[in-house]
Amino acid sequence: MSEERKLRILIAKPGLDGHDRGARVIARAFRDAGFEVIYTGCHQTPEQIVNTAIQEDVDLIGLSILSGAHRYSFPRVMELLKENNAEDIAVIGGGIFPLEDIPKLKAIGIKEIFEPGAKLEDIVNWVRTHIKPRKAMVA
Amino acid sequence: MNLVEQILAGDVRATARLLRDIDDQLPSAREALKQLYPHTGKAYIIGFTGSPGVGKSTLVDQLALEYRKQGLTVGILAIDPTSPFTGGAILGDRIRMQRHFTDSGVFIRSLATRGHFGGLTKSTNDMITVLDAMGKDVILVETVGVGQDEVDVANCAHTTVLVTIPGMGDEIQAIKAGIMEIGNIFVVNKADREGSRKTIRELKNLIELGLRRRDDEGWEPPIIETEALKGRGIPELMDAIEKHRRFLTENDRGQWDAVVAKRAKMQLLDTLREEALRELLRRMEARGENLDELVRKVTAKETDPYTVVQDLLQCELR
Repeated sequence: MSEERKLRILIAKPGLDGHDRGARVIARAFRDAGFEVIYTGCHQTPEQIVNTAIQEDVDLIGLSILSGAHRYSFPRVMELLKENNAEDIAVIGGGIFPLEDIPKLKAIGIKEIFEPGAKLEDIVNWVRTHIKPRKAMVA
Repeated sequence: MNLVEQILAGDVRATARLLRDIDDQLPSAREALKQLYPHTGKAYIIGFTGSPGVGKSTLVDQLALEYRKQGLTVGILAIDPTSPFTGGAILGDRIRMQRHFTDSGVFIRSLATRGHFGGLTKSTNDMITVLDAMGKDVILVETVGVGQDEVDVANCAHTTVLVTIPGMGDEIQAIKAGIMEIGNIFVVNKADREGSRKTIRELKNLIELGLRRRDDEGWEPPIIETEALKGRGIPELMDAIEKHRRFLTENDRGQWDAVVAKRAKMQLLDTLREEALRELLRRMEARGENLDELVRKVTAKETDPYTVVQDLLQCELR
């Protein structure tokens, strides 16, 4: 009977690295926090990620990346969200990033970057504080 | 364009958002559903059920590809379980369906059971309404991996495909009532595994024994061997589904009308149950009665559930 909105989150791995342990761990942490997590597996293109985010109507996309391809894939995801009028979907990143890239990623609208060593609890709390399920549609 | 017009025009974003509101049981979603309902009835609904890990997602992925080759558009509702402890869920059915993510003719939605039993979610039927109204030709519904009694899909789909694999239980499992009764079509997936022949033989016996659906008199449920990963058996499965569709729609015994009416009845009863419960709880709280307090009284044996409900109904439905 509850009319509480569930937070829906897409965890996606763009690019060619196949190391999805981090993505799975964070998916599990989000599940345990009571969120609905859509996990799509490795090797996702930005197009696949954005289409999935829209069809699943998520509040947040978490991009997990270790390969260095964030310089292409993160801006491309942001671009596609814009093209699809879906900029209201927030994007965060997790993985390995050269320090100088982080301000650049934030400048294009990535809300937060979590590096190795970030505590699961802190990430979950960040989501609880910053991401709210969107308002109802009006028929 | 308003929300309903956008959905009727096939707008993905608008559709996805309404599905969310339906899943969250927002009252505003009902208004949209009212307006969409007259536009439904064109889609063919196929349900896939069976235990976890038998290959339902992979079969759905393969069938979606085949329907796309025929030029038909496809909606997919894939259900995974919600954690009973945290209320969270990991929805992973999409992992097997990646090749459809950039095809605008395929709309995939992952659903969490959110505490609902029966193999589907509370919202599944209303979501089918939306996908049907938005113009999807075929809607594939994949149940949460089910046990023995999760049979809602049989009332929801036009054709129900029961998926099993070699070595799943013995003949006694097969003659129990419940899940084995609901298949219009049986699939033995992973048929390259040992024991496939035996499983097929047992399914044949089961069908010959007459333990099967009672509502599709005259239909012989076929048993299809597949290896979904390799695509083996997929044309045969497509063919069986099409035969069943024709069997229902082209016979003059009114079986198609019965299937459609059964869907409508379930939707009506589900909605009534939901709305009546919601309304009664609302009125109860408005009178200052507290659900937690009633629970406490029942727990302490100061009263019992039957008396509470009787009083509530007498009070509210005079």
